[in-house]
Amino acid sequence: MKRLKNFIFLLAAAPVMAFAAGATVHLDKAPVNLSDRESLQRGARVFVNYCLNCHSASSMRYTRMEDLGLTEDQIKANLLFAADKPGETMKVGMTKADGKAWFGATPPDLSVISRARGADWLYTYLRGFYRDESRPTGWNNTVFDKVGMPHVLWSLQGEMVPVMKKDGEHEVIERLELAKPGSVTLAEYDAMVGDLVNYLVWMGEPAQLKRKQVGLMVLAFLAIFFVVAYYLKKEYWKDIH
Amino acid sequence: MSAMQKLMGWVDDRFPLTATYKAHLSEYYAPKNFNFWYFFGSLALLVLVIQIVTGIFLTMNYKPDAELAFLSVEYIMRDVEWGWLVRYMHSTGASMFFVVVYLHMFRGLMYGSYRKPRELIWIFGVLIYLALMAEAFLGYLLPWGQMSFWGAQVIVNLFAAVPFIGEDLSIWIRGDYVISDATLNRFFAFHVIALPLVLIALVAVHLVALHEVGSNNPDGVEIKKKKDANGIPLDGIPFHPYYTVKDIVGVIVFLMVFSAILFFAPEMGGYFLEAANFVPADPLKTPEHIAPLWYFTPFYAILRAVPPMFGSQFPGVVAMGLSIVLLFFLPWLDRSKVKSIRYRGPIYKIALALFIVSFVGLGYLGLLPATPIATLFAQVFSVIYFLFFLLMPWYTSIDKTKPEPERVTG
Repeated sequence: MKRLKNFIFLLAAAPVMAFAAGATVHLDKAPVNLSDRESLQRGARVFVNYCLNCHSASSMRYTRMEDLGLTEDQIKANLLFAADKPGETMKVGMTKADGKAWFGATPPDLSVISRARGADWLYTYLRGFYRDESRPTGWNNTVFDKVGMPHVLWSLQGEMVPVMKKDGEHEVIERLELAKPGSVTLAEYDAMVGDLVNYLVWMGEPAQLKRKQVGLMVLAFLAIFFVVAYYLKKEYWKDIH
Repeated sequence: MSAMQKLMGWVDDRFPLTATYKAHLSEYYAPKNFNFWYFFGSLALLVLVIQIVTGIFLTMNYKPDAELAFLSVEYIMRDVEWGWLVRYMHSTGASMFFVVVYLHMFRGLMYGSYRKPRELIWIFGVLIYLALMAEAFLGYLLPWGQMSFWGAQVIVNLFAAVPFIGEDLSIWIRGDYVISDATLNRFFAFHVIALPLVLIALVAVHLVALHEVGSNNPDGVEIKKKKDANGIPLDGIPFHPYYTVKDIVGVIVFLMVFSAILFFAPEMGGYFLEAANFVPADPLKTPEHIAPLWYFTPFYAILRAVPPMFGSQFPGVVAMGLSIVLLFFLPWLDRSKVKSIRYRGPIYKIALALFIVSFVGLGYLGLLPATPIATLFAQVFSVIYFLFFLLMPWYTSIDKTKPEPERVTG
């Protein structure tokens, strides 16, 4: 009987426990807004300037950025550093072997990184670098412990250091604090990372805005078709009792 | 005689076109009392067609090569005109195929559609289900993402658990010591040619068997017992036009659900397209948590529920295999005097409810990491799953049934 009671208790508590098991690091909500073209354009500029030196986006063509409201000439003049022609994909000069030798792991291709990691993870990760002299690069990260990537945007954000707190036996990071200011304020840095993540989400599936537009038309068509089909069925079936 | 009639006559002298049309559509008499649950057979056929047609177009741009496969899928998603639509139709279709088939099978359980004289329809149906699982498993390797790779690794390793021949068997299946380019190539061949041929053939015999004995209905009574002077069942109506116009309504509602997923949530929260599968396959990096796609998780949970014996996972593999094999025997396990749940007693109703709760519960547990609590639940649900079949001859024969009506009701 006691076993049964335990079982019923577990049955009721199962969804809660499943949730508890999944929760690990707190992630901040990324300000994703794909209809904000200016944010996407700013994000594209950050991406091309800072990310596209080590990380490729080998499924992404430069010309696709025309979808963000840029002309081919604008793309050529402002964003085309690592390729000769705007029809090319976003490749990098660094080889996989070099990446592995320099960072311990090949920097991953970022074409669909937002679909693998999620926007909130990226937003928190890019704002989660802190000084850690025990690491070869001198940097560590709150959501990706012992990450191979150094804090590429440090000159903008500045240097963050962890504020620790006691959690039972262990010391854990409570929050990060600005130790040495960068060239922009933390609020400006957050906004910039927001733009970058917005761009990464868009780049993960450039067709997604069109997809939703087409979807509305398809559903509208089906709704009309449904009315016709429903009355057609009714007409045929009126003699069946 | 018009030119059209002449042409038809010419064809009919050489090929039974009109006769086939009559036998399977205009003079195939289906019971007039089909309800909501009877949409899913024709919907399954619709999804099969969607999968084949979109599959043909995907094959035109997909590259079955370990170096190129992942990129070629992204190429389809970005650079191929409407490629994203075709790809999402195919990925959504894969999951929706199982949604529809599970509901179709549940219909069979509720109304006793597997009972005499429909045993072969049921057996062909279970074979379709098996072929479908194989097709889905093979296809899931093709995007060559992390879950593709490691999911295939886990499943092929199940064969390695077979005593004595296991190691050789798994190498024979993979064509290599690990999942590799050779595996991808052969899975591609099976996915686009072998299994679709098997599926189409099985669907054909499933339908031929169905049209030979006639459809069951929610009352579980045989409409062929009461016929009019012309030999037409009193409760039967021609499939065409009555059920064709009715199924069109079902198709549209289904397509609305299908489109809502496809256009607004193609990943379906990670259940139709897993996040980890957007990372290219990496044989050196095992993902934190490997879970098969949702339609396999009930069986995966059964596999994990069985503890290893003598250091071998084989008992779990056997249990998983048995859980599907048992389905074949269903027509002979059920000893009830009636077919439909409408006239069955409380015992069968409770048994079926427990079975559904267990099956869904196992499906949910199969998605989670195997914690001790989850394993305990999976064990309880697995036992219920097996008892539903193994005790069926007993509980269906003692169950109090209500008398079946002479004719179908409403």
